[in-house]
Amino acid sequence: MDVVWFLVLSAFIFVIGAAGVMTRRNPLVVLLCLELMLNAGNLALVGFSRMHGNEAGQIFALIVMVIAACEVVIGLGIIVAMYRNRLPIDVDEMSELRG
Amino acid sequence: MWFEQLLFFIAGIGALAGALGVVLLRNPFYSVLSLVGHLLALAVLFLLLHAEFLAAGQVVVYAGAVMVLYLFVVAYIGGSDEPLRPESGAIGVFGPLFAAAVGAELCIAFIASGLKALDTQGADLGAGFGAPAAIGELLLTTFLVAFEAASFLLLVAAVGAVVLARRRRGLEEEGPAVGPRSDLPTDTMEVRA
Repeated sequence: MDVVWFLVLSAFIFVIGAAGVMTRRNPLVVLLCLELMLNAGNLALVGFSRMHGNEAGQIFALIVMVIAACEVVIGLGIIVAMYRNRLPIDVDEMSELRG
Repeated sequence: MWFEQLLFFIAGIGALAGALGVVLLRNPFYSVLSLVGHLLALAVLFLLLHAEFLAAGQVVVYAGAVMVLYLFVVAYIGGSDEPLRPESGAIGVFGPLFAAAVGAELCIAFIASGLKALDTQGADLGAGFGAPAAIGELLLTTFLVAFEAASFLLLVAAVGAVVLARRRRGLEEEGPAVGPRSDLPTDTMEVRA
């Protein structure tokens, strides 16, 4: 398969994730859509790594996976804290940082 | 050759369907399950790109560990159905429009770029490309700093999550064993269709 197929597929996945981040209101689903966008970036990185025959892109993708795991942990921690403080689980109504 | 193409289209359609499911399904529980399917399809695509170690890591770490974390939190706070398009305002209209515009731009950028190598299968690969041995050697030589920084970041994230989600005194009213909100139904472990 030509590399460009993978890149176009990653563009589509990124766009679907971006649309989800903008339209969904549940912070859990927003986090899931962020994962989609990060994964699309990973797919593009691995595709370029295949194109150049160089494994550096795969290392980048591995580090992106680590960053995504950290982001998930912190995001879920914030959501659990919101729930414990009886705040609405809705990104439109969460407009202040004061905890 | 044809087998690779068949596999690409099956996995690609699976990945797109999983991504659409994450965005379009109303129950967060099903969104998470849809993302698991998406990640598995993506692992197949990684295999097609000769990234064996990354594909294995994707299945074990992402589809395994991270998604289980999501499922626990969804079960904890109770995945309630949400109307898909509650607002008819600017976001609901311009969000998808903006996304479609970005998608068109990205596709034009990829397809019309002058990179000749994009229309090939890529460079010739030596044996062991993307295997654990090659990745490990790179991680511990060229990218050692990034590797150590990532490990430190994971530690910080773990501590931060514990601090964020701990039970605070004073913020919650007194009562028997602070738990889920009393005004919510208690059967949050159930998946509601």
